[in-house]
Amino acid sequence: MTAGRLLFLLPLVYLAIFFVYPLGSILERSLGGESGFGFDPFKVLLNDSYYLGRIWFTVWQAVVSTLLTLAVGLPAAFLFARYEFPGKTLLKAISTLPFVMPTIVVAMGFTALFGSQGIVNSALESMFGLDEPPVRISNSLTIIFMAHAFYNYAIIVRIVSALWSNLDPNLEHSAKVLGAGPFRTFYHVTLPMLLPAIASASLLAFAFSFTSFGVVLVLGGPEFATLEVAIYELTAKLFRLPLAGALSIIQLGFTYFFLLLYSRFQEQSVVRMDLKPREATSRKPVRLWDKVLVIAMVLVLLAMLSPLIALVVRWITFDGGFGTAQMANLFSDERRSYFHLSPVKIIWNSLRFALTTVAISLVVGTIISYFITNARRRWRNMADALVMLPLGVSAVTLGFGYIIALGRPPLDLRGSWLILVIAHSLVAYPFVIRSLLPVLKGMNPNLREAAAVLGASPSKVFLLVELPMIAPALLVGATFAFAVSMGEFGASLILVRAEFTTMPVAIFRFLGLPGASNLGMALGMSVLLMAVVAVGFIAIERFRYKGVGGF
Amino acid sequence: MIKSTTISAIITLLALLVLTACGGDGDTPSTSPTAAPKPAATAKPAAKPAAEPTAKPTAKATSVPAKPGELVVLTNDSFDIGEEIIAQFEEANNAKVTIQKAGSSGAVLNRAILEKGNPSGDLLYGVDNTFLSRALREDIFIQYESDLIDNVPAQFILDDTFHVTPVDYGYVNLNYDIAYLEENGLTAPTSLEVLTQPEWDGRLVVENPATSTPGLAFLIATVSYFGEDDDYDYLDYWADLRANNLAVKDGWSEAYYTDFSKYGGDRPLVLSYATSPAAEFFFSEVALEEPPTGNVLVDKATFLQIEGIGILKGTDNEDLAKKFIDFVLDRPFQEDIPGRMFVYPVNSEAELPDYFRFAEVPSAPADIGPDTIDAKRDEWIDAWTSVVLR
Repeated sequence: MTAGRLLFLLPLVYLAIFFVYPLGSILERSLGGESGFGFDPFKVLLNDSYYLGRIWFTVWQAVVSTLLTLAVGLPAAFLFARYEFPGKTLLKAISTLPFVMPTIVVAMGFTALFGSQGIVNSALESMFGLDEPPVRISNSLTIIFMAHAFYNYAIIVRIVSALWSNLDPNLEHSAKVLGAGPFRTFYHVTLPMLLPAIASASLLAFAFSFTSFGVVLVLGGPEFATLEVAIYELTAKLFRLPLAGALSIIQLGFTYFFLLLYSRFQEQSVVRMDLKPREATSRKPVRLWDKVLVIAMVLVLLAMLSPLIALVVRWITFDGGFGTAQMANLFSDERRSYFHLSPVKIIWNSLRFALTTVAISLVVGTIISYFITNARRRWRNMADALVMLPLGVSAVTLGFGYIIALGRPPLDLRGSWLILVIAHSLVAYPFVIRSLLPVLKGMNPNLREAAAVLGASPSKVFLLVELPMIAPALLVGATFAFAVSMGEFGASLILVRAEFTTMPVAIFRFLGLPGASNLGMALGMSVLLMAVVAVGFIAIERFRYKGVGGF
Repeated sequence: MIKSTTISAIITLLALLVLTACGGDGDTPSTSPTAAPKPAATAKPAAKPAAEPTAKPTAKATSVPAKPGELVVLTNDSFDIGEEIIAQFEEANNAKVTIQKAGSSGAVLNRAILEKGNPSGDLLYGVDNTFLSRALREDIFIQYESDLIDNVPAQFILDDTFHVTPVDYGYVNLNYDIAYLEENGLTAPTSLEVLTQPEWDGRLVVENPATSTPGLAFLIATVSYFGEDDDYDYLDYWADLRANNLAVKDGWSEAYYTDFSKYGGDRPLVLSYATSPAAEFFFSEVALEEPPTGNVLVDKATFLQIEGIGILKGTDNEDLAKKFIDFVLDRPFQEDIPGRMFVYPVNSEAELPDYFRFAEVPSAPADIGPDTIDAKRDEWIDAWTSVVLR
């Protein structure tokens, strides 16, 4: 097994160089002084009611956001897991789009929908003959929670439905035969089997709400600052590194704590099961009740996607031109700016970085997942929590860490696109782990052992027996790695040359100057981003295998 | 069952993609390749001024070096310039210029400070008068006084030690949405105090001074306008604005494109630049007669922001960097700036584009100098935060 052990070293070295080292550098720079590690910033923080308030707010808004996300995501997961209907693949691809969209674009979508001049208010005003717009949720907590649910429900949908669609329906049928009604069946039979996936997905949704940055600022305002926002302000703008470093460590501490809690919970909820192929578990809606249910859930899903739909509508109706003028503007280089890049090049940049991110995340995530599954019980929870830590580190802290740590040869990666991809992969590989672990833990080891007994080498066992079974989970991980990379633009502190401009960066650049045609181009590029990502999602799904595969 | 051929195909595909990702390094966005080295004997006419008092200096000309040089310019995110302008410099100096955006204004300076001595570029553009003292104190720049500074009026000389050379300037002030004001029977504000009145309840959006340069600029303007120790000082004003349901956003783009009523938001007053109406005119989709937005130009309620460029210590290309600074101050570069970034060029000889007639110049912007700003900036921001946000 020495080859196996060496393989485990690969992700560890990767994390050590690209996570631990830069993080250590910036923390050392922030908190280390001539007199050694400074604890003063911590004292300042813990005595300042403002920062304590921020910490408390970050925690409870993340909890509420996660619950709301679950409430919206689980029905949708049920829809995709158990029913076949025309347009399912497309709807599934589109329903994951919110995860990818840059915050300011989403904000424009929400404004187009819920602003006082927005669609909802205009419709209500004309329907009920009102003078004032009735819906005023801009810059409020309500819209923040809605936005968090909007962004993160795709996580629940994908991860939970992936497992749900492979659950053996015979167990539920047996329960029904024995006399249990639908709710009892769900609660006593289905839910326990789904819990690992639900917990995994909730953890990710929680992590994203906890470290939420753009959403709270753009849709809410600075009075809703989370920890992440405070760290950003202190680091990037005010340059008060000691306080920022202390806050980063506190954020890391909270993340680790929640991760440990979660692993303990996961421990108790593992259920061995036999996974069944998709064709056996999902069915076309036949009865009227089924049809009504499907239609209702599809409508709810479309309602969730309404900010994006509003954006597309806005683009189409922009100054009456069906959006074609804006597309033409994107492709023409009238202004001949130094920074102009053809949209084709921009799309290609986004795609190749995203695919590289997928490759790295899959490799790192898979190896780590196997490492955790095979680790000794004592260390398993700790290892699990440790490898998920990158989700709890502020992007700007890590960005500054890269500036310090990766500024000298042989690691001088400043200006190279590699740094961008590495940063993306750090956010993406936890998805791979979280979607893979429930499947690995639930996998029947007899199959592996049977293959070995029949003479297959370990690599053959992996390729021919295990890979088909973990394929759906890998696809989920790949989908999210792709999404994370396509949508990421907050890495502006990471030096990226103009020739490596990606789509979200281009959108933000258009929104840097006033003027309708700039907005039009931003809208055009946003629609392009949605289209490219949707196509990407559909393409990834084509990689499913016969038998146990796909969702 | 997966065939091993399928796996090999997938792996090959992924490898190809990664390789092409690597291979893409060589492209640059500018279309003109660097010119072939010109013979060293070519020299443009020397332009040192003779005894005539009216002759203004133009670019110092030297022979084109035979070996290609390289220059990396770090800029803030709002920087923009035409590729032909850069190509001019590249051809004249047989150099390759790479311009890299490195974050917003404050962040780009902070990263340069973190990289002190080992900079990722040769020059840094984006230091302005609100952060100048921090840059000078951290001593990250090489001093260089270009001859072309003579063309820059004294009020725009950002740094008289010339570690930072001024490039452009703009005015931060409130903009209003003309259509909204007409529809709601409001008249454009003629003072700052009037914004605390009921008719402006919930109608103003500004940016957070802790995270945004225009936000900080406006905060400093209110300090200048209302004073700090008076009966009704700037903090009282901001408290009243908060009571009047002011909105605060993190950055200019968010405030302008999400909250400004022109773009679907609720608020007809937004903190922006005096040149924004001109930009609205220039970038409109349909032909306009006049800009759709206007400026609130009240004495001392506007802030003059001057941006500059400096040569970073630790550069290997000091001579070429100096030439670049000369080039930046010269007319071709300066005249390209207004249409790109919608700010004014510091070179008084540079001509402004026609649509800049809609950009108004305030007569009396706030008068607080960089040293005062440096001394009190953190205090003002903290005070503002506790009054407005907490």
